[in-house]
Amino acid sequence: MVKEMILNIFVENGLVMAFLIVGVVMYVAGLISKLTNKRIAGSAIAILIGLVLAYVGGIASGEGAGGLSKIPLFSGLGVMGGSMLRDYCIISTAFGARLSEIKNAGLAGIISLFMGVISAFVVGAVLALLFGYNDTVSVATIGAGAVTFIVGPVTGAAIGASSEVIALSIAAGVVKSILVMILTPFVANIVGLNNPKAAMIYGGLMGTTSGTAAGLAATDERLVPYGAMTATFYTGLGCLMCPSVLYLATKAILG
Amino acid sequence: MAIYGLVLLSACMFAGVLFGDLLGVAVGVEANVGGVGFAMLFLIVISDYLLERDLLSEKAQSGINFWGMLYIPVVVAMTARQNVVAAVSGGPMAILAGVLSVVVAFAFIPILGKIGEPGVPLPDKTEEKEV
Repeated sequence: MVKEMILNIFVENGLVMAFLIVGVVMYVAGLISKLTNKRIAGSAIAILIGLVLAYVGGIASGEGAGGLSKIPLFSGLGVMGGSMLRDYCIISTAFGARLSEIKNAGLAGIISLFMGVISAFVVGAVLALLFGYNDTVSVATIGAGAVTFIVGPVTGAAIGASSEVIALSIAAGVVKSILVMILTPFVANIVGLNNPKAAMIYGGLMGTTSGTAAGLAATDERLVPYGAMTATFYTGLGCLMCPSVLYLATKAILG
Repeated sequence: MAIYGLVLLSACMFAGVLFGDLLGVAVGVEANVGGVGFAMLFLIVISDYLLERDLLSEKAQSGINFWGMLYIPVVVAMTARQNVVAAVSGGPMAILAGVLSVVVAFAFIPILGKIGEPGVPLPDKTEEKEV
């Protein structure tokens, strides 16, 4: 009886429950970070724990989408980690960002957006060819999936890809987004990701909003506004270029 | 009042997202083009203007800063609702496409960094900030 009462309180106040869970995750992550002498940032570990929980939750609920938030007890994570609050927080980080830094990196940021979309599309398209897809529509859809998991299905729907290929393109985009979260703090030093300009280039090249949001949080949260700024143009640019210019280019090459 | 900071933040978000939606329609894509980015630009420009004229009280600023401080926890909640199952079970091609596109993108960072003025690294964090 009491057990049910407690469970009901948690489920009915889902968002509050989410604050509690995330707080505990952050605390545990901080402890683990101390064990590594803070060589791995607490936020990076918290993000890894989050991904593991998403996997466990996805398996337990039987549907991967939504991760842990599909389990009623943890449904508040869906609100707390949903795009509404995520975007609200991302925008708030711009408070205190410097316009001069953004102007300084403007040109490099714009070029990085184009390079990011084109390079991801080419990588995805070449892999599709190597794995035996040789019709233009499938190759372009999988290429678009490597751009982001939103561009893939938008492109596939526009040029008439099969649902199997669209599902593959989404999977490619999800893998990319999650890898960006995990790899960024470890690669940051090697590629010089330690200043606002590099962060803007990074945002333009990676493009996945969730990936860059988490990747920069785990690296240096002061870089978040700069990376998020360019990343937010990426999906739109991808949706513009993939079903049009890049699809036509693929068609021209494959004949 | 703290809520005034949130009013500014909310107004910037709606204006930015609307702008991004309109831009998407204008260029003919089914996506929001840069909405969050425009919202950030609005916030930077407007808050600069208000701060210079001393029109944004300490409490209003703390309302905005509160959400900035919650950024990492919100991102952690976001990771907990990702479709990791789909990523893991996407098969070798999907996984390779994801891996290689990330590797290529990282390789481009130092190359594109050579465009224009070199970036200045942020100063070291003086003390480990509580997250």
